[in-house]
Amino acid sequence: MTIEFDNNQPIYLQIMNYLKGEIITGKLKPGDKIPSVRELAAELQINPNTVQRTFQELEREEIVETRRGMGRYVTGREETIMKIKREMAQDILERFVRGMQELGFQSEEIVKAVADNIAAKESRGM
Amino acid sequence: MDSILQVRQVSKTYGSRQVLHNVSFELGPGKIAGLLGSNGSGKSTMMKLIAGLAQPSAGSISVLDTPVGEESKLLVSFMPDRPLTEKWMKVGDALKFMRDFYPDFDPEKARRMLDFMTLSEKSKISSLSKGMNERLQLTLALSRRARLYMLDEPIGGVDPVARTKILNALMEFYEEDSTILISTHLVSDIERIFDEVIFIKEGEIILHSDVEELRLQRGKSIDELFREVYAEC
Repeated sequence: MTIEFDNNQPIYLQIMNYLKGEIITGKLKPGDKIPSVRELAAELQINPNTVQRTFQELEREEIVETRRGMGRYVTGREETIMKIKREMAQDILERFVRGMQELGFQSEEIVKAVADNIAAKESRGM
Repeated sequence: MDSILQVRQVSKTYGSRQVLHNVSFELGPGKIAGLLGSNGSGKSTMMKLIAGLAQPSAGSISVLDTPVGEESKLLVSFMPDRPLTEKWMKVGDALKFMRDFYPDFDPEKARRMLDFMTLSEKSKISSLSKGMNERLQLTLALSRRARLYMLDEPIGGVDPVARTKILNALMEFYEEDSTILISTHLVSDIERIFDEVIFIKEGEIILHSDVEELRLQRGKSIDELFREVYAEC
């Protein structure tokens, strides 16, 4: 597992987003065990307290469940995973639309640009 | 939470020169803290006072409520910026030396760390490169079962590969209920392992904060903040 950290942002948020990404894309599946604090800290070469904080936040958002004495597991609840998927999609959309607006595109032009892009990809069989 | 280290209103003067001025801070258990400052800011003096190698001119320092002195040296493992080992020694001799001096020295842990560092007990210390010597010094310091570890410039003057190795060893071998205070002016390489940082400038503490809070509030890396604070030096 490698994460390109940006020291300008809290590290625990970056690890959270990374793990959410792994869950959404199915690399970590519902019910999968996630590494221990110690393992992840050693692997990412960061402070264990930072990893601890990541896990606490993931537990608070009910993305990760702790089973006493067994470790931490990815939630088995599909709706929670769908929820983070929607949240991350929303983030990407917001950034895209804002970027297009800053470039001076009007609403209809943005919609058309997206439709054209998808159409072009489909015609190339992607 | 009980604090491991308490520094209360400490000042230090050498002759007419004031090196530390009314410094107070505390460190809790299980924390890795960075003591950051440019050369001559008072970092090394602060480290020496905590290690009991010099006396404060005013104020007091205690480790787990034990005032700094002979007794506190059993609680504190100090890695000075200059090696403690002698030229004639082999790595194995240094281990024996530590075991004779410190009842809490754990030879088993030291051997595991030497392996990790790719150091051999048979090597002569005088033949080690600067980077290898730093690895040895860190091994000696971390192989004690202390409550407070103090590392003075552990990555100073070593190349990036050795730096990575030293930081990995630190993460691999540190005891989670102990506290580590690391003085450095090389911030970018090491900031990811800190829980909190203390900025010291001209003998005074100008900032003591959780690193993640700092990043969240300022949207900047600790290295960038460090450069801003010390830009005028």
